[in-house]
Amino acid sequence: MKESLSRNVANEPGAEAGLSWRRLVPTQISDLISQFAAAGALIIICIALSIASPVFLTLYNLFNIVSQTAVTAIIALGMTFVIITAGIDLSVGSVAALAGVLGVKMMVDLGLSWPLAVLGGTLVGGLAGLANGLLITRARLAPFIATLGMMSVARGLVNIITGATAVFGVPDSFRLLGQGMIDGVPIPLITLIVLAVAAHLLLSRTRLGRYTYAIGSNEEAARLAGIRVSAYLVAVYVLQGLLAGFGGMVAMSRVASGQPNFGDGLELDVIAAAVIGGCSLFGGQGTILGTLIGAFLMAVIRNGAVLLNIDTFTQSVIIGVIIWLAVIWDQFRRRRFAESTR
Amino acid sequence: MPSTSMETEQSPIIRLRKITRRFPGVTAVAEVDLDIYPGEVHVVAGENGAGKSTLMRILYQVERPDAGQIYLNGEPLSFHGPHYARALGVAMVHQEFALAPHLSVAENLFLGREPLRFGFIRRRRELAEARRLLEQVGLDLDPRRLVASLSVAEQQLVEIARAISFNARVLILDEPTATLTEQEIARLFEVIRQLTAQGVAVLYISHRLDEIFQIADRVTVMRDGRVVATLPLAELSEQKLVQLMVGRAITNLYPRPETHPGPVLLRVEGLSRRGLLHDCSFEVHAGEILGLAGLIGAGRSELARAVCGADPIDSGRILLDGHELHIRRPADAIRAGLAYVTEDRKREGLALDLGVDQNITLASLPARLGLLLLRRERSVALHACQRLNIRTPSVRRKVRLLSGGNQQKVVVARWLETQARVIFFDEPARGIDVGAKAEMFALIGRLASEGRAIVLISSYLPELLNMCDRIAVMREGRIVGTLSRGQFSEERIIALATGASEVTIP
Repeated sequence: MKESLSRNVANEPGAEAGLSWRRLVPTQISDLISQFAAAGALIIICIALSIASPVFLTLYNLFNIVSQTAVTAIIALGMTFVIITAGIDLSVGSVAALAGVLGVKMMVDLGLSWPLAVLGGTLVGGLAGLANGLLITRARLAPFIATLGMMSVARGLVNIITGATAVFGVPDSFRLLGQGMIDGVPIPLITLIVLAVAAHLLLSRTRLGRYTYAIGSNEEAARLAGIRVSAYLVAVYVLQGLLAGFGGMVAMSRVASGQPNFGDGLELDVIAAAVIGGCSLFGGQGTILGTLIGAFLMAVIRNGAVLLNIDTFTQSVIIGVIIWLAVIWDQFRRRRFAESTR
Repeated sequence: MPSTSMETEQSPIIRLRKITRRFPGVTAVAEVDLDIYPGEVHVVAGENGAGKSTLMRILYQVERPDAGQIYLNGEPLSFHGPHYARALGVAMVHQEFALAPHLSVAENLFLGREPLRFGFIRRRRELAEARRLLEQVGLDLDPRRLVASLSVAEQQLVEIARAISFNARVLILDEPTATLTEQEIARLFEVIRQLTAQGVAVLYISHRLDEIFQIADRVTVMRDGRVVATLPLAELSEQKLVQLMVGRAITNLYPRPETHPGPVLLRVEGLSRRGLLHDCSFEVHAGEILGLAGLIGAGRSELARAVCGADPIDSGRILLDGHELHIRRPADAIRAGLAYVTEDRKREGLALDLGVDQNITLASLPARLGLLLLRRERSVALHACQRLNIRTPSVRRKVRLLSGGNQQKVVVARWLETQARVIFFDEPARGIDVGAKAEMFALIGRLASEGRAIVLISSYLPELLNMCDRIAVMREGRIVGTLSRGQFSEERIIALATGASEVTIP
């Protein structure tokens, strides 16, 4: 019936009458600017750094930036989904450590091959995400509380399991994941690109992605539209857990050992990447591309600070100011939109 | 009880002259003159949308009038907002209370003006003052209790205590009994009488006939933003009051759709939800428009939500085409072909930050193997915009940026895409301008004539009288009567909805 109806209307002359595309332009430009405010900042800083430091624009340095930020960026892909639902996941750093260490132990203690161990570690992260999702939807905990608890639980577990000492003895081949190259391109970069494209498609082209936005924009409307909100929320936190677990494995591969203290404070970098990239903590807004830009903006600033001999404390101040500016910009844009409805 | 002759003896404490307030598309209050005398209970009566609340909000200076002048004790007032009104002795208790639930009664009473000494709150003084105020409104409770632990009626009395603690000379009560039990209402009335005995003027908004005759000294009836009459209660009968409230000959503001009701499509039997719905049964035929009338809080939205899976039910059966449906969540209802166009489109209907297209397809995403068919989505949205005349520069525009009428059409479009056969419209004309209203009702008529069953909830009787084939009237969670077209009269519906004895119009 819908089909025939659509066709009927399509056959009518002037099916697009009343839709003037000209009036769209201001909105589109405003959207573009907001989307790429961070991108603009990134480009300007890159240009400035390549002038200020001869080292910056070398392939070696650029790959170095990518390798260092790949883990943050991979986990931030999941955070984009979480924040779009108006949620938050504070446990990603601890979960990455737990998953990474358990993955390493699968190789060291069980003798698993490294690809299987990576899969295992990723699934451990997924389990933690499942627990988060169930705590939020079944026990009705606020995401902040549920994941705050998980942050503590996962960190405690990894220290219990390892006795708070690093796990050594991984096979050499495991280094490939975090340190390897294919035709001179770092494998973490390739991995990140593949995952980012997949995440982008998931977010923009699938039901899961669409419902992620709908739930974050208006959970009750989504429920009344027949969307099983709880199921999709669980899926989003599982996805975040899987990415945190995988990110943990990449991180362990980079140091070729299991580090129980890895990822302390990583959640803040991950959230910052998403927020700088345009995700709204109130939900309903955010893109994968934006989050990637946010992650790289922070990485480039840190890298530039090292090249220009700016100390880490000053770097920290700069990153904080950038977070403020990104969110102030976002709110300014929102206010303008709200007014234009009148 | 103060006599009506005081009009000649006393001068009014409040005089409103030619007060006018316009909203886009509607004049909510039109050239209203009103005199309020000290010590009287002055009821402002009228149907929903008659302009009562807006008028009170103007008096309390929440709403700025577009024209007109307010006089207090003969002095013209300037407009500075509710703080100013309160300082002058005008206080208002809103329908929704403005108490902080996590603070104690005493803390709430003195919020923002705590008795201080050297910057510290004088707690003992605060408590003593609070006890005195509570006594004044006949409320016997410990002022240290948290507001959250009080009943609705107690909270309301606390609100009144707070209002009179500002030495209010004029107290505005906006439908204060909506959520109270009989005993609580009796107690409230006692407090009101005590206050008027002390010379306080009480402005009491209501459309419940029984209450009006219990409490009023004088009654002002409003209709379509205008004052129809101000009369002492002695000169009013129930019958006359209803006539004044209804007033107009039923005009044809709404196109009467051509409906041809067919067989029963939806049948609901004995639907109950504890405390909200009691044994509700009704049926809707294919191609029929069934109206649901009743006061606010009578359970109309709750009934629609329960049938459509938005709220759980305790008992009852829902049958579509004679087959029982097992609806546990909205998705079940949608799959069966039911749709609920919510009353509050911004809170429950729309994802405001998503595009027109994404909102239209939210309940019927075109997808294959989980992948969205974006081109199909776009064409579906374009055709829906065309069909329902949704005016937007682009189907990708955020719904937040559309007008109320167009937003409402987006919600309707979503449910048409689910192939719904039974559609519940909950106050579909609320908050949209007159032109969009006419369009919305024309659309509803068209949907019925296409063979869908329509359930139309409205608080504005002319809408129901013109649109519906039958009207079911609800009161306190029950369906108290169903009228067929030949039996339609506003008086009969109001009588059923308020529980007043039926008024016969000659």
